[in-house]
Amino acid sequence: MVAAARLDETAPVWTVLDEVADPEIPVISVVELGIVRSVEPDRVVITPTYTGCPATQVIERDIRDALDAAGYRNVRIETALAPAWTTDWITPEGRAKLRAYGIAPPTRSAVECPQCGSADTEEISRFGSTPCKALWRCRSCAEPFDLFKCH
Amino acid sequence: MASLPPIDLPSSATGAGAFDSPALEEGPALFEYLLRLGDDSLILGQRLGEWCGHAPSVEVDLSLANIALDLIGQATHFLGRAGEIEGKGRDGDALAFRRDVLDYRNCWLVEQPNGDFGRTMARQFLFSTWQKLLLRKLTGSADELIASVAGKAVKEVTYHQELAAEWVIRLGDGTEESRRRIGDGLAWNWRFVPELFEMDDLATFMAERGIGADLAALRPDYDALVSAVLAEATLEPPPDQRPILGGRRGHHSEHLGHLLAVMQFLPRTYPDAKW
Repeated sequence: MVAAARLDETAPVWTVLDEVADPEIPVISVVELGIVRSVEPDRVVITPTYTGCPATQVIERDIRDALDAAGYRNVRIETALAPAWTTDWITPEGRAKLRAYGIAPPTRSAVECPQCGSADTEEISRFGSTPCKALWRCRSCAEPFDLFKCH
Repeated sequence: MASLPPIDLPSSATGAGAFDSPALEEGPALFEYLLRLGDDSLILGQRLGEWCGHAPSVEVDLSLANIALDLIGQATHFLGRAGEIEGKGRDGDALAFRRDVLDYRNCWLVEQPNGDFGRTMARQFLFSTWQKLLLRKLTGSADELIASVAGKAVKEVTYHQELAAEWVIRLGDGTEESRRRIGDGLAWNWRFVPELFEMDDLATFMAERGIGADLAALRPDYDALVSAVLAEATLEPPPDQRPILGGRRGHHSEHLGHLLAVMQFLPRTYPDAKW
């Protein structure tokens, strides 16, 4: 059971990583965001979300700090550009946390207001406060909200 | 859209060993090619950054700043790789901040001043439409770094292109003033479009090796995309003008030096400063 053995060995590292928050959206972890692509005994492979996302360097530093603090100084961090990150890699837990935080999770169907759940929404601006978000508005409850763009 | 005559370079500018075009070898050619890709992104990113805090609305401000971030992210990858290929100890920052104007390999379009919002959006539309087609092609590059950066960036640039196209349509099919401004912006930038498709010795060399793209082959798709958006914007394509070439060989407009003076001021004044 090689797979199970590896899982056992890397499980504590996954736990550490799952406590590293995204610097821009602190309710979601780097694991839930799909940034962590794989964990092996001696390395963690991560991928950047957007090419120019300023959070990328902060994320790598935060992961380094968390690994060091948990005693994994010998685990190195590698960055892989391909395959390109996609919002499809955001976990179901991550999506639920985004919604609870007031950010509509990425969707290919109707955008639902994270406040009241209405699908009667409209785009205000294709870019929002960060490269990964667009600015939307709910016509039902009149609240503006961020939409995590499908990517 | 009327097609332009084929680009006919004087033989003095293309002959092997000429000042502008030394004999091609794989390593130095890849370095030059990465500079072309990286410098286009870096210079346009810097130009768009000039809008920060000055855009007509906060939403537009956010859009332009975010597009600039994406472009500078691309430049970081391409120039970083260029430095590795060169092997002389220069990293992406050294290439961005310690090269002078003659060593830049970006096209003329990206270094043009922002002008008003219409001219900026016209430039963005003409560039992003081209860059989207180019990156789509480069996702199949034989160079692993180029292929993976293109794979990421093409998704972002598709978004830039849609945003710019929407603005061209909104301004063109808008008020008398917005229509005049986007029309002027397109007319100003139009003469820099042919350079995007120029296949000089280096571009041909890289395309033949499956690393670069055949730019001339992108032209029909480009013309179709531009024509469709202009038609929806109820705008006529500007008349073709004499193309301006030379950015890929380090010949630039006077605007680039001024841009670099601002962009490079801090690293040149305080070398190796850290914060």
